Amino acid sequence: MDDLYREQILDHYKHPRNFGELDHPSVASSDNLVSCGDQLSMQLLIEAKKQIVTDIRFQGIGCAISMSSASMLTEVVKGKKIHDLQTLTKDDILKMLGVKLTPTRLKCALLSLEVLHKALNNMK
Amino acid sequence: MIDGNQIKKDFPIYRHQPNLVYLDTTATSLKPQQVIDKENEYYTKYSANIFRGIYKISEKATEEYERVREKIAHFIGAKSAGEIVFVRNATEAINLVAAGVGKTLKTGDEIVTTIMEHHSNFVPWQQRALKKHIAYHVSRITSEGKLDEKDLLGKINNKTRMVAFTHVSNVLGTINPVKTLIKKIKAKNPHCLILVDGAQAAAHFKIDVRDLGCDFYVFSSHKMLGPTGVGVLWGRYELLDNMNPYQYGGEMISAVYVDRTEFKDPPHKFEAGTPHIAGVIGLGAAIDYLRVLGMDKVRQHEIEMTSYALKLLRSLKGLKIYGPQNPENRGGVIAFTIERIHAHDIAQILDSNNICIRAGHHCAMPLHLSLDVASTARASFYVYTTKEDIDALVKGLKRVQEIFA
Ligand SMILES: Cc1ncc(COP(=O)(O)O)c(C=O)c1O
Repeated sequence: MDDLYREQILDHYKHPRNFGELDHPSVASSDNLVSCGDQLSMQLLIEAKKQIVTDIRFQGIGCAISMSSASMLTEVVKGKKIHDLQTLTKDDILKMLGVKLTPTRLKCALLSLEVLHKALNNMK
Repeated sequence: MIDGNQIKKDFPIYRHQPNLVYLDTTATSLKPQQVIDKENEYYTKYSANIFRGIYKISEKATEEYERVREKIAHFIGAKSAGEIVFVRNATEAINLVAAGVGKTLKTGDEIVTTIMEHHSNFVPWQQRALKKHIAYHVSRITSEGKLDEKDLLGKINNKTRMVAFTHVSNVLGTINPVKTLIKKIKAKNPHCLILVDGAQAAAHFKIDVRDLGCDFYVFSSHKMLGPTGVGVLWGRYELLDNMNPYQYGGEMISAVYVDRTEFKDPPHKFEAGTPHIAGVIGLGAAIDYLRVLGMDKVRQHEIEMTSYALKLLRSLKGLKIYGPQNPENRGGVIAFTIERIHAHDIAQILDSNNICIRAGHHCAMPLHLSLDVASTARASFYVYTTKEDIDALVKGLKRVQEIFA
């Protein structure tokens, strides 16, 4: 079986978590990978006083890697402090996915992190 | 008849990658030993610069290099070797023409191209048009992926200066009826210039540029069993003669004075600096290889492989094939999508079985936008392709569907 397409990734791809839209998001952002045709948008609900993400939704189209990465990330994000999310790195995403990626697929995996960081930057 | 298994023996990569199923010739072809040896021969036996040395190995290198020009002239039916310009690739050949013709374009002139072009036959014209503020028309395709001839001809008028289109689409596989199309275009405007992008054609069937009636024809060595880094521009001699040089420097001059320079005649006027000598000489061996096979046989083999692949691929559920359905009307390339599975995932899973296909927009983003798909998967066939390769592809695709079921 292909490492890349292990059960967990396929599961998130086939049954994305937190897929859809929030009624009253605090911030939102989107981005795409023009060369792959992948599109991803995220909406966050933020509790301003505690600086915590209380809810998140994402929507998009893309390959199994970019979509499952986004789905998994939304699970990570909920209840986390904004500061802790801003310092998430490429390595955190790779650890989360638990797979080795070639440079061409790396950008698929990192799209979700880029969109998340963009949303958090939009806050200020 | 060509036997792909027999041909594979000439390609050392199959010994180094024993289970390789290479289905991406549209991106670049594999190289036979004969080509590798010939390139090596230059480096080991007479690796001198050309045109410069009054000594034997330089003269040998020059002779080998210029002999390839003759071979290519013969291979594509050019009037003389003087009409063959060596460049880096098909892209550079198009840019050379776009720069040369572009210089003479003025407000009111028009350029026509098509939506099925590779970026390399699209962006150079688009950018010229934008810079010069001249009209730039993009012809449509039909629902079957053929050029919409009526639409294209409707865009030709007495202001049209340049028409650029591909001989074979690198995505749809469509073989355009170049000869009849050119007749009709020239009937509407005999003064417009026509460039045909032969990147996916020259290696696949017999080309006769004079019979086609075009003004410029371009292709790349690396897509025709030859080395990377070499491209060919064919142009009618009087057009090349009237065109400005593309780059300036050594090899392209006949005399340089402090205040002026006299240029060589075509084709050397367009070959500034030391060219890819080994690459050109290697390309000669690729031409020899194809000539021995016979271009009719090459075409026949591709039709056979394409028919076989079309038949099997059509039997897969949820798989959509783009381009003409009849293998006689298409080159050995098949782009497809599978419902709900991204092309990158298809390619990645196939790769785990050493099956190489391409996934993406294949440098034809306007086409993909017009087809309303972000990306497609693409398999392509050549002389070394066998039915077993295609069986492996189909088996791999079934596995992809299982994984995503
Ligand atoms: C139809 C077509 N035109 C032009 C090119 C550009 O060729 P090169 O990259 O060798 O310049 C390609 C290569 O994929 C092609 O398929």
